[in-house]
Amino acid sequence: MWDVRYMVMKQYDVSFLKKVSNLKSIISYLKRMIQSIIFILVAGAALGYAGFQFMKIRRNILLGKDEPTERDTAKAWQNVAFVAFGQKKMFKRWIPAILHLFIYVAFLATQIELIEIFIDGVFGVHRFFAPYLGVLYTGIISFIEILSVLAFVGTVIFLIRRNLLKVPRFHKIEMKGWPTLDGNLILFFEILLLIGIFSMNGADTVLQKLDPAHYPDTGNLAVSSWLGPALFGGLSEGTLVLIERFGWWLHIIMVFVFLNYLPKSKHLHILLAFPNTFYANQNEKAEVENMPEIMNEVKGMMGLVEMDESAMEAELPEFGANDVFTLSWQNILAAYTCTECGRCTSVCPANTTEKKLSPRKIMMDIRDRAEEIGQNLDSGNPEFIREDARGEGVTLTKENYDDGKSLFDYISREEIHACTTCMACVEACPVLISPLDPIVKLRRYEVLTESAGPSDWLPMYNSIENGASAWQIPDDRDKWAKEAIASNE
Amino acid sequence: MAEFAAEGRRPEILFWVGCAGSYDARAQKIMVAFAKILNEVGIEFAILGNEEGCTGDPARRAGNEFVFQMSALQNIEVLNGYEVQKIVAACPHCFNTLKNEYPALGGNYDVMHHTQLLQQLINEGRLKLQGGGAFEGKKITYHDSCYLGRGNDVYEAPRAVLEALDNELVEMKRSRTKGLCCGAGGAQMFKEEEDGSHRINVERVREVVDTGATILAANCPFCTIMMNDGLKAEEKEEEIMIYDLAELIVNNNQW
Repeated sequence: MWDVRYMVMKQYDVSFLKKVSNLKSIISYLKRMIQSIIFILVAGAALGYAGFQFMKIRRNILLGKDEPTERDTAKAWQNVAFVAFGQKKMFKRWIPAILHLFIYVAFLATQIELIEIFIDGVFGVHRFFAPYLGVLYTGIISFIEILSVLAFVGTVIFLIRRNLLKVPRFHKIEMKGWPTLDGNLILFFEILLLIGIFSMNGADTVLQKLDPAHYPDTGNLAVSSWLGPALFGGLSEGTLVLIERFGWWLHIIMVFVFLNYLPKSKHLHILLAFPNTFYANQNEKAEVENMPEIMNEVKGMMGLVEMDESAMEAELPEFGANDVFTLSWQNILAAYTCTECGRCTSVCPANTTEKKLSPRKIMMDIRDRAEEIGQNLDSGNPEFIREDARGEGVTLTKENYDDGKSLFDYISREEIHACTTCMACVEACPVLISPLDPIVKLRRYEVLTESAGPSDWLPMYNSIENGASAWQIPDDRDKWAKEAIASNE
Repeated sequence: MAEFAAEGRRPEILFWVGCAGSYDARAQKIMVAFAKILNEVGIEFAILGNEEGCTGDPARRAGNEFVFQMSALQNIEVLNGYEVQKIVAACPHCFNTLKNEYPALGGNYDVMHHTQLLQQLINEGRLKLQGGGAFEGKKITYHDSCYLGRGNDVYEAPRAVLEALDNELVEMKRSRTKGLCCGAGGAQMFKEEEDGSHRINVERVREVVDTGATILAANCPFCTIMMNDGLKAEEKEEEIMIYDLAELIVNNNQW
C-alpha cells in the first residue's frame, strides 16, 4: 500500500508543493480528490451490496441437505480446469463455443485491467501502470482491446441468434418472460461495457498527443490507435476529457452493475461453474446413487444383518426429495449454476417428442423455489413457521419453515414421469449439472414417501417382488434355453 | 449354474440373461444367438435359470428403492454363494446395474457387456467371421443404447464388431454421445408414454429411415423391442430389419 502511495506521489505530487500557488493545479487536485472519494463510495457500496447478495445465495444453497459423497480431489480439480476454465464441453457445438469463448476470454482479460482501474480510481491517478510497464502495458491493453472487439462480434451475433434467428432452445415455454429478458439484458450490458472501454481508450489516445503530461504514453494500442483518431480526432481537449471520463466511469459502473446483477440472473454461471464442476458427481453417468438407509433395512428384513431395533421404532423417515430441504446442496448449487442454455432440453427425447418434461425447467424450478424460500425466510413472517412449532418468541428458521408448498407446486408429476433416464441431458450440460439426479429423487419421494406414482408400474413392482422378474410370466426363466437345446437335438 | 456347482466345477463366465432375454419372444432369439456363439467359440458358460432375478433397474429408476434393494440383495446372495467372478450380460441395463450399482450393496464382479466380449473374441482370433457373409457390403446403421453408450462410455466395441462383419456402417444424425433414446429406459418400458406429439421410438425410427440402411444393429433387448414397434408404426418392418450384434454374427457365420 505505502509503496503504491509513494509511487503515486512521485508520479503526480512531488511538484505539488512548488506549484501550490498555482490555482489551476489546486482545482485539478481537488477534482481528482472528489473523483477518488466518489469512486471509493461507489465501489464500497457496489461491492458491499454484491457481497450481501452472494451471502444470501450461499444461504439458499445450504438449505439443501449435506450429502456425503466420495470425491477424488484430483479429478475434481481436473474438472474445474478443463470443463469450467477450459470450457471443454462447450466445444460439442462449435459455433456458440467460439463466440462464447470470445466473450469469456475478454471477460477474464478485463479483470487485469480492473486492477489498474481500481488503483486509478482510489488514488486519483491516471493509467498508473503505463509508465512502469512500457511495452508490456501496450501489449496487455492491446490484447484486451482485440478480445473486446471479438467479444463485441460475439455479443452481436448472440443477440441476432436469440432474437432474429430464433434458435429453438431459447424459445421453449419455460423461457417466457424474465428468462428471455435476462438473456438479452446481459448482452446489452456487455455492449455498454465495450462502448465504455473504447470511449476511454480512444479519447485517451487522442489526448496523449494534446496533453502528454497528464496522459502517459500507452504506445500504439491495437484498436484505439486508429479507432480513437477516427472517432474523436479534431474534438476540443475539453470534450475529449469528458469522453475519456465518461468511458472510464461507464466501464467501471457497468462492472459494478454486472456484479450486482449476477445474483439475480442466470449469469451467475460465470462464478458458480467453478464450484459446480468441482462438486459434480464423478460416478459413471448411469449409476444411480445408493440409499444406504433402505439397503440396511432390507438387509435386516432378509436377515443379512442384525436389525437395529431403535431405528425400527423411530418415526418413518421421508425418502427422496419433495423440496429444496430434501435435495442435496449440490443440487441447489447446480440449479444456481444453470445458465438456461437449454442444451439439455434440446437433446431430451421426452422434450423432443413434446412431452411436458424439460430438464432445464427442472433446474430453473429448483432455483426459483430456493429463491422463494430465501425471500420468505428474510421476511421473518411467523406465518411461515410450521403450525406445531409456533409459539411465543419462536422465530422463523429453515428448520421450522413451512409455507404449505413444495417443489411439486413447480414441477408436475407428468414431467418427472416422462423421463427415460437416458442421460442425454447430463451429457449435454457444459458445466456438469445433472437434471437426472433431482428427477430420480422426486420419483423416490413420490413412490416411497407418498406411495403414489404411475399405476402402470405397480404390476412391475409386484412382479419383481414376488416373481423376481420385471414381467409376471409363470414360465421358467430358462425355458428359452431348454427349447433351443431341444430344437438343436 | 447349479449343475456346475454340483460337479464342483466353475464355468469361465456367468451369462446374465435378464428379464427381457428370459421372457420376451424377440429378445429370447438374441440370447439363443449369443449362447450359440459361446458354444461355437468353446467358452464354458452357465446361466442361473430360476435363480436369476431382475437386477432391479426399472424399479430403482421408477423410484422404488425398496423393490430394487430386495431384488438386488437377493441376486447378490446367489452370486456370492456361487463365488461368481466374471459376468457377461446381454442387456446394457443389467450390465450397468451389476457393474456400477451392485458394488455399493456388497456385490463385486468383473462385468462385461456381450458386445465387449464379442469384440475381445474377434481381436483374440477366437471368433472368426466368415467372409462373403450375408451382410457384406450392406448398409447398416447402429443404435447406441443409453446405458452402454452415455451411461458407460462404450461406443467403439460394438462398432468394431460391425466393422469385422465387413459392411457399410452409416451413422444416424444422433449417434455416440448424442444418441437418441429408444424410449424404454427409466422404467418407461412398463408404462404408457406421457402425452406428446409422437412416441420416442417413432422419432428414432425416422432417423434410421433417413440413413437409407436396410439393417439396424442394436445391443439391447429393450431397444430391439422398442425399435421393432417403431418400425411397425412407421410401416417399415418389411424394409428394415433389426438385429442384435450377436444375431448378426450368427447369421453371418450361418450357425
